[in-house]
Order: sequence, then structure tokens, then C-alpha cells
Amino acid sequence: MDLNFLEFEQPIAELEAKIEELRMVGDDNEINIQDEISRLQSKCQALMESIFSDLKPWQVAQLARHPQRPYMLDYIQRIFDDFQELHGDRAFADDHAIVGGIARLDGRSVMLIGHQKGRDTKEKIYRNFGMPRPEGYRKALRLMQMAERFKIPLLTFIDTPGAYPGIDAEERGQSEAIARNLFVMSRLQTPIICTVMGEGGSGGALAIGVGDRVLMLEYSTYSVISPEGCASILWKSAEKAPLAAEAMGITSSSLKAQNLIDTIVPEPTGGAHRDKDTIAQSLKYALNEALEYLVQVPLDKLLEERYRRLLAYGDFSH
Amino acid sequence: MSWFEKLMPSRIRTEGGSKRVVPEGLWAKCPGCGAILYRAEMERNRDVCPKCGYHNRINARRRLDVFLDPEPREEIGENLSPTDPLKFKDSKKYKDRISQAQKISGEKDALVVMRGQLKGMDLVVAAFEFGFMGGSMGSVVGERFVAGANISIERGIPLVCFSASGGARMQESLFSLMQMAKTSAVLAQMEKRGIPFVSVMTDPTMGGVSASFAMLGDINVAEPNALIGFAGPRVIEQTVREKLPEGFQRSEFLLDHGAIDMIVDRRDMRERIANLLSILTQQPRT
Repeated sequence: MDLNFLEFEQPIAELEAKIEELRMVGDDNEINIQDEISRLQSKCQALMESIFSDLKPWQVAQLARHPQRPYMLDYIQRIFDDFQELHGDRAFADDHAIVGGIARLDGRSVMLIGHQKGRDTKEKIYRNFGMPRPEGYRKALRLMQMAERFKIPLLTFIDTPGAYPGIDAEERGQSEAIARNLFVMSRLQTPIICTVMGEGGSGGALAIGVGDRVLMLEYSTYSVISPEGCASILWKSAEKAPLAAEAMGITSSSLKAQNLIDTIVPEPTGGAHRDKDTIAQSLKYALNEALEYLVQVPLDKLLEERYRRLLAYGDFSH
Repeated sequence: MSWFEKLMPSRIRTEGGSKRVVPEGLWAKCPGCGAILYRAEMERNRDVCPKCGYHNRINARRRLDVFLDPEPREEIGENLSPTDPLKFKDSKKYKDRISQAQKISGEKDALVVMRGQLKGMDLVVAAFEFGFMGGSMGSVVGERFVAGANISIERGIPLVCFSASGGARMQESLFSLMQMAKTSAVLAQMEKRGIPFVSVMTDPTMGGVSASFAMLGDINVAEPNALIGFAGPRVIEQTVREKLPEGFQRSEFLLDHGAIDMIVDRRDMRERIANLLSILTQQPRT
């Protein structure tokens, strides 16, 4: 079993391996092999389409955390020009679980803030698995306020299991750091577009997730607690995570139906990791579309509308 | 069982052991120092142990009762009640959990908000009902908080919130998470208008409640020895795989680390907060 593939991707991976094998053979023997390859390729495509046409929420949760899923820096490289990373919260440290900086989107200045996960073990530790500490949120806060000062739109990118649950994080005020960002983003005087790229893990995600538009990549998730966390509390077993994923409605389609997000950015069949350039193009298109509308809205109207949206969250009876 | 109890013949053990029946409700044992206390005396003392100062948890109505002047009082958002937007079901239906919690606590949801007076000063006070699903924050809690804050804004009167909550309510999923953004947003509007918000964190104030309005007070207050934090101690212990320091995430720890302004004993709460608010709003001492 190839660890770079999820369990439900294995049949696809096996077919692909077979095609690759045939290609190697194909170099010496041209006859008939090409036919076989294209037959297998269309079979592979059909298989992938059938698997992906009926994904369970738990499978989507796994895709959102896929080891090959594109991360913040992968998108920055493909979507933006002249990215200049800006470091540090000016008080304690530079948190590597959050990347921020200024760049251009088709010539327009933008401020970028997003979670960053690591690919290999060393990098995962360096990025703390995408789990920020208070200094990460305070760096983000500093950059948000800079965006406001220079009237630059703010684009945030969410992909975290959650804020880091550590002794040091609590000592330095994890709660306050998250709360402060919610407070400031609710009335930051510049357009804000938030995109959930992978895992939208609770308060750690929301701390850079308050804005005028919320986008979600098709196979990303957004939830109040991880399916495992929810399962271990309500079902008394983390193994019931698939049930919790189902019950909490964490997928983009379910959240769109509940009117909690604005736009779903479609992913290539098989998921974003199968074609990073294509998903980057789709995301770029969606960002530009949202931004072109938001930048022409007068600032006071923009803020009024944002506040109205925030206050409308909730479902209750009178 | 101690070595001494083990030595005792079983007959003596049953007679002298802890199983002796105490009439329900007349006496209470302090969880802090173990003293046996006369319940009426505890109540006069606002459920604080007169021997060791241990602060027992109290429900929302009692909290409002011991904090506000007796008159006038007007409840805000009392008609709001929870729905079940996701038709959530684990081992039990969310719907059934709601009705059970309503029966146990006598409240429709986990936050009670009132307009009233503190030593003659008009204000809005919100108090969490921990007995309602662990004081968890769902849509009704968020909406009632905002309704209270809006009255504060309309009338230009201060807001005080007593938190006691395990965090966001899982059964309302992302609706609950968004209450963090909603409650923080209304406080940002209050701040712009210079209306004070005093946050009083009581045992426990965790997760999404701590990481939103509870930490956003102009003045952050805590009751003694309250558990306050973002992640729960068990989660942290499992993550870092080391023993948590003594007093970790308690009020005194937060004061030491600069997260709160002060620790206030429940018995002094009225006096201290009235004084804070009258100074901030530039009114004479009440």
C-alpha cells in the first residue's frame, strides 16, 4: 500500500501503477500496448469519477488532510507575483505555522495570511503541523492592521487541525489571541476574502476566517471540532469519527446548503493534489471574481454588510 | 481505603464509614476543604465556603440574583429557543438533549440576559447556565448575548457577562463556531462607542467562549481558582505528553501571565464591579 494514497484511492493508484508499467514496456514493443494503455486510462478515469461522485463526509475529511494536498505556499507560488514574506509578531517570535506577506494578484496589491503545514517529518515539525500558537495569530493581526493602513485587500487561507493545544500557548494567551482577531476582523477597513483550502479546524481556523466572503475548496472541511474530537466526546470513541463527520455536516456542499459559506471552488476529479496547477487556476479565478466585486463597494457599505452577515449567523426560534 | 480502615472489623467499618446517611439538603460538604457546612449559611455566603473561600458553581438565575439590585429587572431574549438545524444525533438525539437540559435547568438555553441595576446604575448582565449542556454556546447563546449588547449600545449602558462554559456546542456544529465571530463583532461596535464591557470568568470558561467575548473585556475579571483556557487540560496533556504545572489554567495562573486584570471574590463582586464601572463612566461613587 502506497502511503501517499488514501485507502479509497488505492484502486486508482493500482491502475495507475499498471499503466506506468505498460508504458515502460511500451518503449520496446509498440504493437497493441498503446491500445491497452488507453483502455486502462479510460477505465481509471471512470473509476475515479465513480469513487468521487459519491464521497462520504469522512472521505472528504481525509482528502482535506491528504499528504499530497497543496498547501499555502504551493498556491502562493502559482497564483501570486512578487510575494514578500513578512515575519514575526514584534513581541515574542515568528510562528512558522502561519505564513504572511504582501504580493500582487494580477497586478493588484494584496495581503496574504494563511496556515502552512509541512510535507516531510522535519518540515511538519518546523510548521508545527499547521497549528499556530498565539504569536502566529498576533503576527496575522499585525499584518491585517497593516493591510488596513495601506488599503490593501486581505486574502486569508485556512488549513489547520486547530490552534495548538500546548502549555506555552496557554501561557501566552491562546484564547485572547484568537478572540482579538475575531474582534478586529469584524470591522477591518479593507475587503477580506477567506478561503478554506484543507482543514478548517475550529477557533484556530476562524481566527483568520472572518470576512466579506468565505470560499471553500470542494474537498475541504470546516467544523467546530475535529470529527475525532467530537466522536471521542459524544460517542466515547475516536473511532466513530466517520459518524461525527456525517453528523456535523462539515463538507463544502453541506455548509453551502446551510448558507454558512459563499462559494465552492470545484476541484479536479480525484482532488486538488492530482492537479495543483488546475486547482490554483480555479482558486485564482474565484478570488479575482470576489475581489473585483468587493473593491468597488464603498467602505462603509462593505463594513455594514459584513456586520450584518456576522449577526445573521445562527438558527433559533422565537 | 486507608490502612487503619482495613484493620477495622467490617461491622465497625459500615457504622463509622462514609456511607452514613445525611439528610438531603441540610448540610453540604465543601469540595475545597471538606468542612461540613450548614447549607443556609453557605447560601447567605453566596455559595462560597466560609472556611476556605472555595467558590461553588452557581446557576444563572442565582448569579443574577446575587449580583443585581432586586429591582428593576427585565429579561432580554427570553423567547429565543434552540432548534436543531442539523438534525444532530449521536448516542442520543440533540432534540432530546435539549428537552432534558431544559427540564434539569429550567432554562431554555445556556445564557440568561437581564437589564437591571447595580447599586442604582443601569446595566445589562448576562450569566451562563452551566447546568444546560455544560454552558455550551450555540445559536441562542450568541443571539441573546448580541440582544443584550444591543440594549447596551442603544441606551449607552455597560455590559457585564459572567461566563461558565465548556465552549462551543458541538451539536450545532459550524453555527456554534460562528457565534464566536458574532459575539466578538458586537463587542467591536460597543468599543467604538466607548461603552464598557466587563467580562467575569467563572469556573470553567473554556474553548470557544474563552476564545471570543470572554477574553475581550475592557476589564477581564475572574473568580478565584476558576479553570480558564482555550484547550482543555486533558487534550493538552495528551498532546505534549508531560505533566501540567501546578495551578495551570487557574485564575491565579492567568493573572500571573497577564491575561486578566484581577481576581475578585464573589462576596465582593457587586462592590468591586460597581466601583470599576462608575470610575470608567465617570460617575460619582455609588
